[in-house]
Amino acid sequence: MEEQFIGRPVPRKEGREKVTGQARYVDDLRFPGTWFGATVRSECARGRIRGVKFGEGIPWKELTIVTARDIPGENHVALMEHDQPFLADAAVNHPEEPVVLLAHPDKYLLEEARRAVHIECEPLEPVFTIEDSLRGGEVIWGKDNVFKSFQVEKGNVDRVWSQADFIVEGEYRTGAQEQLYIETNGVIAVANPDDGVTVWGSMQCPYYVHKALMVLFALPANKVRVVQAETGGGFGGKEEYPSMIAGHAALLAWKSGKPVKIVYDRAEDMAATTKRHPSRTRHRTAVTRDGKLLAMDIDFVIDGGAYTTLSPVVLSRGTIHAAGPYCCPNMRIRSRAVATNAPPHGAFRGFGAPQSIFALERHLDHVARAAGLSPEEFRRRNFLHAGETTATAQVIRENVNLNQLMDRALQASDYAAKSERYARENPGWRIKKGIGFASFMHGAGFTGSGEEYLASEVELEGTSEGIVRVLTANTEIGQGTNTVFTQITAQALGIESDRIEIARPDTRSVPNSGPTVASRTCMIVGKLVESSALGLKQKLVQAGLLEEGYTSAEFARSCRAYNETYGPLKSRAQYQPPPGIHWDDATYQGDAYGAYAWAVYVADVAVDLVTYEVRVNDFVAVQEVGKVIHPVLAAGQIEGGVAQGIGYALYENVVWSNGRMVNGQMTNYIMPTAADVPPIRVFFEEQPYAYGPSGAKGIGELPMDGAAPAIVNAIENAIGVSICRIPVTPEVLMEALEASEEVARRG
Amino acid sequence: MADRSGKVEIACVVNGEKKSLRVFPMARLLDVLREELSLTGTKEGCGEGECGACSVWMDGQLVNSCLVPALQAQGSEITTIEGIASGERLHAVQQAFISCGGAQCGICTPGMVMAAINLLERTPHPSEDEIRTGLAGNLCRCTGYTKIFEAVVRACQATGGAV
Repeated sequence: MEEQFIGRPVPRKEGREKVTGQARYVDDLRFPGTWFGATVRSECARGRIRGVKFGEGIPWKELTIVTARDIPGENHVALMEHDQPFLADAAVNHPEEPVVLLAHPDKYLLEEARRAVHIECEPLEPVFTIEDSLRGGEVIWGKDNVFKSFQVEKGNVDRVWSQADFIVEGEYRTGAQEQLYIETNGVIAVANPDDGVTVWGSMQCPYYVHKALMVLFALPANKVRVVQAETGGGFGGKEEYPSMIAGHAALLAWKSGKPVKIVYDRAEDMAATTKRHPSRTRHRTAVTRDGKLLAMDIDFVIDGGAYTTLSPVVLSRGTIHAAGPYCCPNMRIRSRAVATNAPPHGAFRGFGAPQSIFALERHLDHVARAAGLSPEEFRRRNFLHAGETTATAQVIRENVNLNQLMDRALQASDYAAKSERYARENPGWRIKKGIGFASFMHGAGFTGSGEEYLASEVELEGTSEGIVRVLTANTEIGQGTNTVFTQITAQALGIESDRIEIARPDTRSVPNSGPTVASRTCMIVGKLVESSALGLKQKLVQAGLLEEGYTSAEFARSCRAYNETYGPLKSRAQYQPPPGIHWDDATYQGDAYGAYAWAVYVADVAVDLVTYEVRVNDFVAVQEVGKVIHPVLAAGQIEGGVAQGIGYALYENVVWSNGRMVNGQMTNYIMPTAADVPPIRVFFEEQPYAYGPSGAKGIGELPMDGAAPAIVNAIENAIGVSICRIPVTPEVLMEALEASEEVARRG
Repeated sequence: MADRSGKVEIACVVNGEKKSLRVFPMARLLDVLREELSLTGTKEGCGEGECGACSVWMDGQLVNSCLVPALQAQGSEITTIEGIASGERLHAVQQAFISCGGAQCGICTPGMVMAAINLLERTPHPSEDEIRTGLAGNLCRCTGYTKIFEAVVRACQATGGAV
């Protein structure tokens, strides 16, 4: 069929509502008689709760007060482990841990009341760093503070060190990063024992919230309903946390009998909700004289905060991506997610991969230098090719051509000429210029057997009005789900896009098509939408109501006829793994992902040796993501991810004090503005993936991986001093330069 | 004068309509618009004048409505995102945001559209630097701004610079 809809920049499905201010986010929803909810949180990082005091001057009888004792079901947020309570009861394990909930119709009085509650805590020795947690002097979680560990082995690392011509070691660190969606977390709940619990909220994964509320209230599935409101950005920050805030609002609604709204202000959102895991990575790499990787020994540790949440899966993705798109016969990747007394770290675009890829791509520039090769030539000698195997022994079946991506990226960025010119012109100038790159890949969909466990389902419905409704639980959070699903459906059915409606994710009406995470919505769920659409068409054809060559109007007529004759016209599709995909959870060997996106990113920077500021002047992003379904949305994903990567590399510094973020405001946690981002030039190579809709692969997380290492590689290129941690704030840069001058002085 | 509750009477024009409101003098204009007038297109992102999601025009000036006390709105003319399209007909900047992909999650979009139109009124044919500086008070976490810059340029081309 001619590609009428795929690959074209059709207008965003809900674009008009968004540009006119008519789109309804959770704080825009109005329910008569709504009360407001507030959360009283622990100040102490770790301790035993000795009592809760309600101060004077507050009409406490007017408020609804909820503590752990009011919970009808189980007091844990259902996710991976059962360790995180909705409300702390006996012990607190991090600052800002919720202890008491309050509701009142007057939000100003409510805020006064919140401040008047005092939680008395007997402090215990807290743990705040990866090192202290690993040392285990104070055990704050399980037997040894380790939430999860992995060990991936390929070949035999221990046997080859003696054969190496060069061995290079390094340690790299990344800081926490706040998702900083511009819409804070928020929900409205209506709950009572007769009707059950209904929640409207800003979220990525309605069925995560659904499951958590069932456990919290001990209610069956049909007594819990979760509806996604328009969502003002997620980036992972609305993957697991909405279960918590939804539970809180629902508990208050249950006890008060009123609809209860909780919308965090920015300070509460930044203080209490999840952030990207801080990390430490150690590399030991053996190389031969001709620049071939011989062994990679990688130790990757992430700080999970106080509870397990999603840390095991973040760790898994970080582990699998730690060796990058390179072929090396001997590898060992050991990884651990450890506990600290900070609010739990969680999902953020890239999900562990930006951390381990930052370390690897910084490290390989050092390895290249040790081997006497340019960063470019070293990578070219070690790139993965079709038929070779990754760290998990996955045989690459895709026709990947990293050399071609590298060629295009270096050409578009004028890499060779700029490298030469900067080296020649930098001496004597206060502003040093540099250029650097990173090459990397990102697996799409859940890791390993994750998609099989999810067993996602979607449904399409052809109404008697001739409208095709697409029912999935996947949320539009800005990335373009509504538009892309419309294109895929229009393409499969050959009908106009205005005949297609995307149902609002509502657990009462949509099947569980899994969470909106892991770059899976287009590739995995989009494929199910495509299959389901083809199934719908087949039903009409088999019923003798439709013949090939039909128009949109004829299609609508046949839907009507079907409904009149046979009843509702519905078609479902459920995930089936592509043929030949095998994964072993026990050994961590096999096909970690069905498909990867591949990329080379180049950053061109200027470093001011007086102000210690770094400016990115130009950015080139070349990637292969399969067939591009929508060129404008796809480029928008890359540009937005690169901007977040620039923030990660240079500006976004979470400052911790005793487990608490102390710069939790937009005034002092700095994300890139319009004045800070360079031109971001995006190029796609398209290699259709056989098992994606029209050949598409995942795209959303990829751009988060490459910007930070490319930028810091460029900084080293500019100043000749290696920096092994991000963010590279002016203070970090100053210290690094002063340390290197000190070394030079001592000779 | 304040009544016993402490509220005062404020008269202003919002999106071309005369309004008379009883509000606390230090209520944030943002809350007055959203709660008293149900104009929920204006968003709160930070509540401290950093993100620009609450941008509206007050007597033709772009302001962060989270920082404007209601009392200051007395006698002023205010325009919010709801006052930008003419009925079903979108403003050229709104249209350009749709065609260029300038809106993703959409939460910054109303404020960004207000800032972009204000920029084009002040500077009909802005250079790229002028666009960057002109929009630097409005944060967007989704787009990396590139498509927003393209939308501003597209809107200029569509209107010949006249907004």
